[in-house]
Amino acid sequence: MLKGEVICLGSDIDTDLVIAGRYLRTKERAVWAAHVFEDLDPTLAPRLSGAVIVAGRNFGCGSSREQAPIALKEAGVVAVISPLFARIFFRNAINVGLPVLEADIPSCSDGDEIRIDLEAGSFELCGTTYPFTPLSPRMREILTAGGLVNYWRGKA
Amino acid sequence: MSRTLTERILHGNAGEYVDARVDRAYVHDGTGVLTLASFREMGVPIGIDPARISVLFDHICPANNGTTADLQRELRQYASSAGVLFSDCGGGICHQIMSEGCILPGEVVVGADSHSCTGGAFGAFATGVGATDMAAIWASGETWFRVPETIGISLEGTLSGGAEAKDVALNVVSRLGMEGATYAALEYTGPGAETIDMEGRLCICNMGVETGAKNALFYADPVCREYLAGYGHHVETQVPEDCSYREECIIDLDDIVPLVALPHRVDSTRPVADLAGTEVDQVLLGTCTNGRYTDLKRFAEMVRGSKVKVRTIVVPASASVLLRATEDGIIADLIAAGCMVVTPGCGPCLGIHSGVLGEGEVCLSTANRNFKNRMGVGGEIYLASPATAAATALTGSITEPEVFHA
Ligand code: SF4
Repeated sequence: MLKGEVICLGSDIDTDLVIAGRYLRTKERAVWAAHVFEDLDPTLAPRLSGAVIVAGRNFGCGSSREQAPIALKEAGVVAVISPLFARIFFRNAINVGLPVLEADIPSCSDGDEIRIDLEAGSFELCGTTYPFTPLSPRMREILTAGGLVNYWRGKA
Repeated sequence: MSRTLTERILHGNAGEYVDARVDRAYVHDGTGVLTLASFREMGVPIGIDPARISVLFDHICPANNGTTADLQRELRQYASSAGVLFSDCGGGICHQIMSEGCILPGEVVVGADSHSCTGGAFGAFATGVGATDMAAIWASGETWFRVPETIGISLEGTLSGGAEAKDVALNVVSRLGMEGATYAALEYTGPGAETIDMEGRLCICNMGVETGAKNALFYADPVCREYLAGYGHHVETQVPEDCSYREECIIDLDDIVPLVALPHRVDSTRPVADLAGTEVDQVLLGTCTNGRYTDLKRFAEMVRGSKVKVRTIVVPASASVLLRATEDGIIADLIAAGCMVVTPGCGPCLGIHSGVLGEGEVCLSTANRNFKNRMGVGGEIYLASPATAAATALTGSITEPEVFHA
């Protein structure tokens, strides 16, 4: 069971907005975490720890940079919910261990409590339970391990 | 409930996430190096029958400098020690080699290259993945997919005049647009489908990714069965079920005319006739789209006995294509007409060697992509069929194939 507080974002948030190209030269994950969403709203980064991002359609469109989901995860984001993800972002997110859930989003506000049951494929928000497209068993295992590389490293 | 072919192969409905067993997994020299690095980081042994993994060198073959040579040596050594299928420089393009009897109907095939959708021509689910995903597939032989929705493309009639399968591929890309099929599967059906030979189907599926599609496929029919029988495989045919598509379109093959895609967008196509007279500096016949035996044969028949007017580079898609074209005298005809024939592989397609364009130079190519600077900084690429390429090579400017039609 994952839980966190909602932060609402709009539609078509591209990976440049998640982490700007100027921060890609470093390999320091902490740098990405510090500057995540900087060009969207510079006050967001410090508030992301323990947050569940509830975004509009097409989250993660644009460049296929793997640093985008890593930056979110590193900043403490618990999960991202969107009605539709850009597919490369979606795949990268699972592979780096960031839960991404595809669901039609009910109305909610910043700060609402949300509880996510990955196994059941549902989340609970303001007392109501909503379904999301269930993840496959392998996807859940990858998330639990903290990403694809860790998943396999653990099996060595 | 009736399902699309992609849903049948992945055992799921559109939109669902499924775990799938991967029947064939392949990498080339470029992505193979990255896959090996990720795989070593995972620190596990190969977890599937190594015969399901192929490592095929094609992108920079033979190596263009010391760095490439070193990277290739490392991967070559690994491939031999791991016992996977290995094809060295000169063997040909990964997608082509896989199409020479390695992909069977109903299989799940993944390649670490965007044009891995080519293998859908055999009624397989074939798609591209990234290097980390591929490393995990080496480790387990499985991966997860979101089952794509399907766009049904029904083919009617038959191709005529100078039109070829490539023109169908270009037509589909311009109709759907470069993002029109993002994430979807393209499924080709209809009475016209059986009139297209396997090489044509490979060409059409190859360009599926140019619409953003995840995969593209034809049902395995008697044409496919006969082709695979030539490689010693005896397969069942696949019959379409009465399924529902996200979108449907009909293409009448009789209406297809030779097309050319203008720089720098694959979906900006026009009839060749509209561009007639545009001067070019180079013609490229080859790549995973059009470097096959029939492509070389068609081109050779048109240039036989004449001389090309611009530098013309021919890159057979594989060593078997080169061998067959040599035995049939096609290569001799091409050389006599003034063409250069280079090592089977990707050749100049990615702008690294064997025919890089100079600033402002124009190339008419049979490839699948004409992005800015792809074949060299400042170069311009027009995409067309082998027949249009032959007519253009003979005149030095974009020319309709019908002009030279025998
Ligand atoms: S021939 Fe060109 S498009 Fe095809 S795999 Fe090689 S580089 Fe890619």
